[in-house]
Amino acid sequence: MRYLPHTEEEIAEMLAVIGQQSLADLFAHIPADTRFQGELDIPGPLSEWDLTTHLEVLGQSMFTGSSRAVLIGAGSYDHHIPEIVRSLSGRSEFLTAYTPYQPEMAQGTLQGIFEFQTLTARLLGMEVANASMYDGASALAEALLMALRIGKKKGTVAISSAIHPHYREVVKTYLEPGPFEIVELSLGDDGRTDLSALSAIDDLAGVAIQSPNFFGIIEDHQQSADFVHGLGALYIACFSEPLTFGLFKNPGSAGADIVCGEGQSFGMKQSFGGSGLGMFGCKQEFVRNMPGRVVGQTVDKDGKRGFVLTLSTREQHIRREKATSNICSNQGLCAMTAAIYMATLGHTGMRQLARLNYDKAAYLRKGLLAAGAKPLFSGPVFNEFAVVFEKDFTPVRQRLLDQGIAAGLSLEPYYPDLGNAFLFCATETVSRALIDELLEEVRR
Amino acid sequence: MTHGPGTNGLILEEPLLWEKGKPGRVAYSLPHRDVPEETVDQNLLGDGPEFTDLGELDVVRHYTRLSQWNFGIDTGMYPLGSCTMKYNPKINEKMAATAGLASAHPLLEAGLSQGILKLYYELEQFLSAITGMDAVSLQPSAGAQGELTAMLMFAAYFRKKGEQRTKILIPDTAHGTNPASAALCGFTAIPLASGKHGILDPTAVEELMDDETVGIMVTNPNTLGLFEEHIREITDIVHSRGGLVYGDGANMNAIMGVVDIKRCGIDAVHLNLHKTFSTPHGGGGPGSGPVCVTAELAPYLPVPRVARTDEGYVLETQSAESIGRVHGFFGNVSVLIRAYSYILSMGPNNLKKASQLAVLNGAYVKARLLDTFDLAYDRPCMHECVFSDARQLPFKITTLDMAKRLIDHGYHPPTIYFPLVVSGAIMIEPTETECKDDLDSFIEVFQAIAQEAENDGERLRQAPVITKVRRLDETQAARKPCLRG
Repeated sequence: MRYLPHTEEEIAEMLAVIGQQSLADLFAHIPADTRFQGELDIPGPLSEWDLTTHLEVLGQSMFTGSSRAVLIGAGSYDHHIPEIVRSLSGRSEFLTAYTPYQPEMAQGTLQGIFEFQTLTARLLGMEVANASMYDGASALAEALLMALRIGKKKGTVAISSAIHPHYREVVKTYLEPGPFEIVELSLGDDGRTDLSALSAIDDLAGVAIQSPNFFGIIEDHQQSADFVHGLGALYIACFSEPLTFGLFKNPGSAGADIVCGEGQSFGMKQSFGGSGLGMFGCKQEFVRNMPGRVVGQTVDKDGKRGFVLTLSTREQHIRREKATSNICSNQGLCAMTAAIYMATLGHTGMRQLARLNYDKAAYLRKGLLAAGAKPLFSGPVFNEFAVVFEKDFTPVRQRLLDQGIAAGLSLEPYYPDLGNAFLFCATETVSRALIDELLEEVRR
Repeated sequence: MTHGPGTNGLILEEPLLWEKGKPGRVAYSLPHRDVPEETVDQNLLGDGPEFTDLGELDVVRHYTRLSQWNFGIDTGMYPLGSCTMKYNPKINEKMAATAGLASAHPLLEAGLSQGILKLYYELEQFLSAITGMDAVSLQPSAGAQGELTAMLMFAAYFRKKGEQRTKILIPDTAHGTNPASAALCGFTAIPLASGKHGILDPTAVEELMDDETVGIMVTNPNTLGLFEEHIREITDIVHSRGGLVYGDGANMNAIMGVVDIKRCGIDAVHLNLHKTFSTPHGGGGPGSGPVCVTAELAPYLPVPRVARTDEGYVLETQSAESIGRVHGFFGNVSVLIRAYSYILSMGPNNLKKASQLAVLNGAYVKARLLDTFDLAYDRPCMHECVFSDARQLPFKITTLDMAKRLIDHGYHPPTIYFPLVVSGAIMIEPTETECKDDLDSFIEVFQAIAQEAENDGERLRQAPVITKVRRLDETQAARKPCLRG
């Protein structure tokens, strides 16, 4: 096996140094009643050629293997990944390094993450950002736990029912064992979160609202943040499509205290939903309550600029059970990838790309409305939107699937009252010709 | 003197991203605009992020230079204890990028996602076979999230039984994530001192385990690199008081095909795919921390679960006892593809061989450094061994100084100052992918450093000297945090 370098002679020499006869002797102290019995029941070994063929066959059985377009976002977006992003993020010096515990030999990771924190903070309009979390869903759960820590005795958090349904499920999982209450906020006709239920809550620690929300609607963070601050609670802005902030106002400018969300759009393949990237920022005043790793700038003993992991007194390896979170790693390489993506696009590219997404989605939306669909909500959108069809859309969607186009996501499994409502997404990767083909089928 | 592969390389300076670039430079190529510009509500418009515009070569050089300041497994030996820095096979990167898998949307109907669901299901089966456990969830994104998942399951299990248990026993050798994960579930961590031989003493468990205690979190082999030989006795005690046993599988690399986790009496164990199953650490992630459990706990596993039916693979999203989701979708699937590829490439015999050789390498390094460093516990070690700086301290040389000196020789230092029970700990885990020649060079360099500690200490205190930066001021970084530019 090519990953195991020992020759038989070397094994014998090494055993002699240790003073043992055989490899099995190395395990002589393992009690009999804990031993594995029989052989491992797994297939293999496969040669490199056979493995590749096997995976290719699995890939070909996927809709994406044969399809031309998936017009679904809902937390996972099909964006073009510039070749330099793929190529640079795959450099093995980034890939095969551990968490940067020895900063002198990890300045690449450390400066790269410091830059990621900076670009993230600028994108979100926040004073600080951490080195990343697992994904958007757990980032939101951690944000709510952070608000509860800051709120001390306050035990209730409110979350919009237009936050991604899976994110809300993860929040429930994380908060379940604690003495906390989660209130879900309903929506108005425009698809924006209705805050009127908040005034009745007397121990409100924080309120979380996603924008664009699960239905693609741009929420009014400014108005919501002002209202929530008036109640003495923290305002948490959540997102699943960070490209939005290339065109629209960022949540920091609206006064959000904590901003968190999913960064997959920034150079990561969709990969059935992972690996993604939890992005997380907050106001400076809350930094010591922030979960997750952070990189800080410092100097070396010659006075030269360098970077280290810092504020570790918040973290589990020092604080153990009193830590701000149990998180030990970040999504290192995904954060690096997102930083390379943001660097590649720059200010101008981010703006142009966001604008192109907005226009593609607008073109699709207009076409669907012209073909008889009705908007589910009246509020403004970015690259995703929900429509309701008068007639059963399922047969049309099936015909489109046969043509290699996945036309929208049925909302009914997530919101049972929303029968025949579908969530569509169009990014820069969808051509007008394909949209026209889809529209023709819808009109038929 | 003896020298490792480290030399003065050509290290290029590189500023921060925003210290370079010019408005008007372009590094991207957007798809053709084939739709008209729509009007935008001016009230929503922002200014766009304050990013610098860079040229394509600017970006390429920036990240190439940054990468050259890093040290990875591909660069050299990385004997970081408890982290299992084994070789990350190149083919796995290609497999994770397989068309159809890499571009798969997570919310398409299961009928359109059969390939990835098959892989997902089979990987669960493989991990089940390797641990001996009955059911597996691949959702947790990292070891710490795997621990949290298991603790949430324990909490749900006792809620269902109507029992109020609030304490949990955690050995003093445990990773810090153990108490932090337990605390998130409202459990109070009760520290359990390891016995004088570096392993747990069943009588200590006997004394502390009561009906208000959830159970125990055990890392086995433990972080001293020692097998918990009384594990069966300990798990029997915990079970006899109605408790559950959590196994931290961070050190699974030592025991594949040798130890059956279920037979040890463990109820739930997490694995680190980025350790034992060779997926790259990526400078801190993405990892993957699957949780493997007994049939009794299986109903509490996160949803959705993948099931095989006559009509193919389906997703089960509802389960009355489930703790719910821990990930937005299905976990770090791109990492799962790599681990799946690794297991298939290895096959059953090579996986067991990997554990045997990992232990051989650990025991060999221990045997050859015995005369040089103070061994924390003189017992048969597994895949890693723990020394201390006790013999060097009289010369005013610490573990940190020796670790930093290793850097000048071109080695990543071992894990240092962990586990906390050994003062000045030096925890060496070579992994099975290092060959004898490279181990010998490392050992000889480390011996030479110990010599230097006695007669040229200042050299160690000044180390490293050939890196891009020298020792960094961590106190200043924490006292006046500068977290962004």
